[in-house]
Amino acid sequence: MSIAVRDITKRFGPFTALDGVSLDFAPGKLIALLGPSGCGKTTLLRIIAGLEWADSGRVLLGDQDASDRHVRERQVGFVFQHYALFRHMTVFENVAFGLRVKPRVARPSEAQIRKRVDDLLELVQLGWLASRYPTQLSGGQRQRIALARALAVEPRVLLLDEPFGALDAQVRKELRGWLRRLHSELHLTSIFVTHDQDEALDVADEIVLMNKGRVEQVGAAQDVYETPATEFACSFLGAVNRFPGRIRGDELELAGDWLPVVAHGIGEGEKAIALARPHELQILSIDSAGPGLRARVERVLINGPVARIELKGETILNGTGSYPTFEAEVPRDRLGGLDLKVGKHVRLSANRLRAFPYQSL
Amino acid sequence: MAGASGTLDLRGRSASARFEENPATRDNPWARRIILATSLAFFALFLVMPLAAVFVEALRRGLSVYVAALTEPDALSAIKLTLIVAAVSVPMNLVFGIAAAWAITKFDFKGKQFLITLIDLPFSVSPVIAGLVFVLVFGAQGWFGPWLRENDIKVIFAVPGIVLATVFVTFPFVARELIPLMQAQGTEEEEAALTLGATGWQMFRRVTLPNIKWALLYGVILCNARAMGEFGAVSVVSGHIRGLTNTMPLHVEILYNEYQFAAAFAVASLLALLALLTLALKSYIEWRTAQQGTVGDTP
Repeated sequence: MSIAVRDITKRFGPFTALDGVSLDFAPGKLIALLGPSGCGKTTLLRIIAGLEWADSGRVLLGDQDASDRHVRERQVGFVFQHYALFRHMTVFENVAFGLRVKPRVARPSEAQIRKRVDDLLELVQLGWLASRYPTQLSGGQRQRIALARALAVEPRVLLLDEPFGALDAQVRKELRGWLRRLHSELHLTSIFVTHDQDEALDVADEIVLMNKGRVEQVGAAQDVYETPATEFACSFLGAVNRFPGRIRGDELELAGDWLPVVAHGIGEGEKAIALARPHELQILSIDSAGPGLRARVERVLINGPVARIELKGETILNGTGSYPTFEAEVPRDRLGGLDLKVGKHVRLSANRLRAFPYQSL
Repeated sequence: MAGASGTLDLRGRSASARFEENPATRDNPWARRIILATSLAFFALFLVMPLAAVFVEALRRGLSVYVAALTEPDALSAIKLTLIVAAVSVPMNLVFGIAAAWAITKFDFKGKQFLITLIDLPFSVSPVIAGLVFVLVFGAQGWFGPWLRENDIKVIFAVPGIVLATVFVTFPFVARELIPLMQAQGTEEEEAALTLGATGWQMFRRVTLPNIKWALLYGVILCNARAMGEFGAVSVVSGHIRGLTNTMPLHVEILYNEYQFAAAFAVASLLALLALLTLALKSYIEWRTAQQGTVGDTP
């Protein structure tokens, strides 16, 4: 079932959590709502579920306007960051809850309930925990039970609020893959909220990137990563190096040096900022001609197949007031040819960087 | 989750045992003995002795006098009235306590802090003043006095006044037990119940109530103990009419003033027994709550 929101606005006192958000979520997709904390992603999810009311705007579930519907009529499955399992019930009773509270005419028989709960516990591979209490489970197990509980009532959509946020890194990675596989079995329209860009890129079909109550960019995970639409989108999705300067044709002028850039919609001579990911930077010999700016190697970190190099620029760039720091990544096998030592002077360059209009901070 | 049952280290010893066994942190044995002796002496002098005195004095003139003092009509009517007052005021405060705790912990509204402060008012106001307030409002010369007289309703110097005063005094017990617990538990489980299709009542019955039941019972027991033992506020509104508006604590006072010491202590011993029973129940509930905190509830 598709989900859509239209012009959703929500304020908490003077704070605007959502500022006229409109989005369409295609049926059967697994979508990530990604953004820094306080960007309004959880509020949007709760408004879709009906746990929060929008000041204005509409929520559409399928082709029905659900804006005025009560939570229990929306048939959404909701998974909470801190699981929200019923602590006084066994795992079995937690999963059975949604079936037991159905109105008498719609309530399945005891045998049907037992069958359905057993099937669900099988689906999340935790059948052997049926008679335990939530406090006796690990975090990862609890979240899987919470998911089984949400699925018990056959929801039309599944909403997950930072589902892996309270888990440690190892379990989180494991559950990501597991959620991915589960989704490809169920094909239930699912939205999950996260502030972790790796998690979003790893799990989601599509990413909705949010910032300060607005949508920054929507697109397939790879597209958002490779062609970010805004400076925020680019810097949120991974580490970046910043080059503030002025546009001169196809070049970004940087206090005497220059880099080749692609600048759309920025006029000649205007201030711009170019962003480069660490692996996009090239480290050249200080005597090499052409583009690039002078820098000095501060630190070389080698762990794993990629070496990380920290550098300090030797020119003060536009409006920064101090020498900039950069971070470059070089495959380990190419490190030998560069002969990098701490204190060595080099030239730092990059191919066709994306330039965005400069916004003073 | 340890928490309620005290902090345990890896080998399951309590923090105090660890502290005691460790030569680096252990106190001088004399300091330990002096602290123990002082607290035990204090305990014996101010808690155990008065309690024992009640029972000794009650039985000083023999068991037959004791039984007679409890079965004479005025005593029986005082016991009956005390039970009635508790039976009315405790359920009222149970409902109010849940409602207030629910409102404070699950909703956001203006004046919440004020309501929390207001709930504590009966603890900070002298019970005598609480009684006087009711006399001023419902008494013959009070605000509603003339209207009540015209409609032939008696509040002051009658059972309704005693119930009102008791409800006022025991007002905070249930709410104060529930508010911190419900604040700590948050609203997520309730929200989960709603998304699973539960109605408001089902959510309360199946999720909220089981989560708060032990704290609720604890509050009710304390509330009941105070309702039966309240003296000040009830004394002001009751009028001390023997056989009609005397509760057990008031009856004790009257008997004592009439130099019927054995009878006075006999009735007092009933109240003391109630107190002991309350303590036993309270300890049991605390133990249950701790159990629940460590390994979950067993149905």
